[in-house]
Amino acid sequence: MERPLFYARAEAFPAGLRVLVVDDDPTWLKILEKMLRKCSYEVMSIDGETSRVMKGVQHGACDYLLKPVRMKELKNIWQHVYRKKMHELKEIQTHYNNEDINILRYGSEDLDDRNLTDGITNISSARKRKDVDYKEFGDQEFGDPSRLKKARVVWSVDLHQKFVNAVNQIGLDKVGPKKILDLMNVPGLTRENVASHLQKYRLYLSRLQKQSEDSTSGGNMPSDLINNDNVANFELASSTNMQQCSEHTKFVGTSENLIQGIIDDAHIGDIKKIVPVQVIESEKGLISDIPSSQNVNSVPQLSALFSFKGMTPGVEEKAREPTTPKHQTLHDGAPRMQFMHYPGQGNCTMLDDYSYLSSSDQDHQVSFNLSSSSPVISTTVTNEKDMKDLSEMKPVPTDQRNAHFAVVAPVACMTGSVSLQIKHGMVHSQDDGAICKLDGSPNTKGCSTEQIDNQECLPLTSEFSPKSEAELDSLPGDLHLCSIQKFGCFEDVGFGGAENLQDIISTPDTQVQNDWYISSELSSDYLYETVDYPLIDECLFA
Amino acid sequence: MVLHISSALTASALHPLLCFCFHNTYPEMENASGLHRQLASMKKNLFDQGYLDEQFYQLEELQDESSPNFVEEVVTLFFRDSSRSMANIDEALQQCPRDFHRLDKFLHRLKGSASSIGAAKMKNECTRLREFCSEENLDGCLRSFQKVKNDHTILRQKLENYLQLLRQVGPVDRASRSGS
Repeated sequence: MERPLFYARAEAFPAGLRVLVVDDDPTWLKILEKMLRKCSYEVMSIDGETSRVMKGVQHGACDYLLKPVRMKELKNIWQHVYRKKMHELKEIQTHYNNEDINILRYGSEDLDDRNLTDGITNISSARKRKDVDYKEFGDQEFGDPSRLKKARVVWSVDLHQKFVNAVNQIGLDKVGPKKILDLMNVPGLTRENVASHLQKYRLYLSRLQKQSEDSTSGGNMPSDLINNDNVANFELASSTNMQQCSEHTKFVGTSENLIQGIIDDAHIGDIKKIVPVQVIESEKGLISDIPSSQNVNSVPQLSALFSFKGMTPGVEEKAREPTTPKHQTLHDGAPRMQFMHYPGQGNCTMLDDYSYLSSSDQDHQVSFNLSSSSPVISTTVTNEKDMKDLSEMKPVPTDQRNAHFAVVAPVACMTGSVSLQIKHGMVHSQDDGAICKLDGSPNTKGCSTEQIDNQECLPLTSEFSPKSEAELDSLPGDLHLCSIQKFGCFEDVGFGGAENLQDIISTPDTQVQNDWYISSELSSDYLYETVDYPLIDECLFA
Repeated sequence: MVLHISSALTASALHPLLCFCFHNTYPEMENASGLHRQLASMKKNLFDQGYLDEQFYQLEELQDESSPNFVEEVVTLFFRDSSRSMANIDEALQQCPRDFHRLDKFLHRLKGSASSIGAAKMKNECTRLREFCSEENLDGCLRSFQKVKNDHTILRQKLENYLQLLRQVGPVDRASRSGS
């Protein structure tokens, strides 16, 4: 008699909700299972063994129902499916239509054995089994695999921006995913999503930190900064990325502005340097006056820095096509852009790039292109090494390189990638030396070195500007614009990055996906290490 | 368990049987309605005497073509499980250094089970028992638990009779449940 009602509703009924019922009481389990089935949900019931319940919780059970459960409540839990679908329509893409709802009732721990026999009814046993295995894997590395499975949120630039803003608002040492989530106020975003993103972000920052130290130690960039290629590169980027210069519009226009802009750039570089230092301080609890004062100066700009987004290889390539081979060499700029994502990085990356560039410049230009792309890789490597030294993270550089090969080849379609790698190895050696210095020096020392570097940077940048102009003359576009756009580029890059993100990620995804699911460790490595900075940024967005 | 059956119940139990004898001779509906009346009165007694609460209706509503014996299955499951729980409680009560915390866990479970089929009397007594337990009042616990046991036994008998009758009525029963 109620049946027809159900069927009538089933026409528009958002079916597909999978419900995991957890209970230690077989009677209740049976009743609930029946109730849920009657409501057209797919049910798997399971006993209330704590570990299993915990897994459910960890992996994002979207709802918990408390006893006593009534049909009235159950009849409306399809809303989770519906809500999810609605979110899918929006920018947040969820790859799984079905959510698992765990119904958790009084849990008592002692009944496991019996429950195993009594209480478990596998309806969709095959699929569920998979999930369970999967979850077990996920336990070790909580973030990525589970998130991938549940609902992969694409961290668009906007979304990430919100995230960063929230983090800044809260303060890096006090942030928790919950707070961030509240501040972001994005519907459909789950605490888990934010948590994992935060995790990545932290990793990222720590890496930047290392990198900054690295760059400071190795900072011989005067010659590097002179590279005209950079300017040209900016121009290229500018062609694609005009819109997002909003924050830096002031730089656009006259030659004076241009200079100013360059100076600002130097500033920014300083800021960036400083930022990582700040992070270090916060983490280690050390407060050194010098960096802090610098920080004060930099603070206003920091926000601007945040807006900078990394440039993705795809964008670069686009830029290349119209341009001459020379421009291709200019391609170097891309790596920097990528680094720009986060406050601390940009500076370091820029410095690194410059230094690398200088070396490459001295070489022939054709190879230079490759070398230019190499800095990205090399920087990452150095970072890793730093990390290793600091023993905070234990990536294996060699492995990462290998992985890098695998990933990069499909993704970036860089012609020079292989050759890049080789060069990268060379550069890498240089980096090592620099790193060694860093390691020996305590934090405060590092800060001081950074300052020095900054000072150096300023003159360097000034030099840089005239040269850039000269080159710009040769280039079709306006010099000023180019320089300005350089700033704009960064942001622009961000957008490109977002788009590319999907592409890039999608390609490796399909390839790597299996590994991804099978071994969380591997996947994480891929994400963080192999992908390198261009990709890493994207991973942050993924 | 026969000893515990009240006279009224035996009578009511006999009556449907009698009706059943005439099953072939009387029109089916009439016969069924007689049995239904029996069933309804049995159930009403169970409710009136406080053995069951509305959760039992929930169970009945869940019974459908895909699980035609759902109520019976659940009730059977309950008695099997609750017997085990009560054995645990018994043991916990006998245990010499008494672990009231452990006892409370068992009681909590038993209470949950009781509520699953709507065994109101048991559930209420379990609540009381848990209060004693929280006071670490052993005497109260023992007394209360005895009541729980009694309620359990009586409910079991009554429900068994009821379900037996239900089986006899068969699928027609569905019609009657809509009325209840």
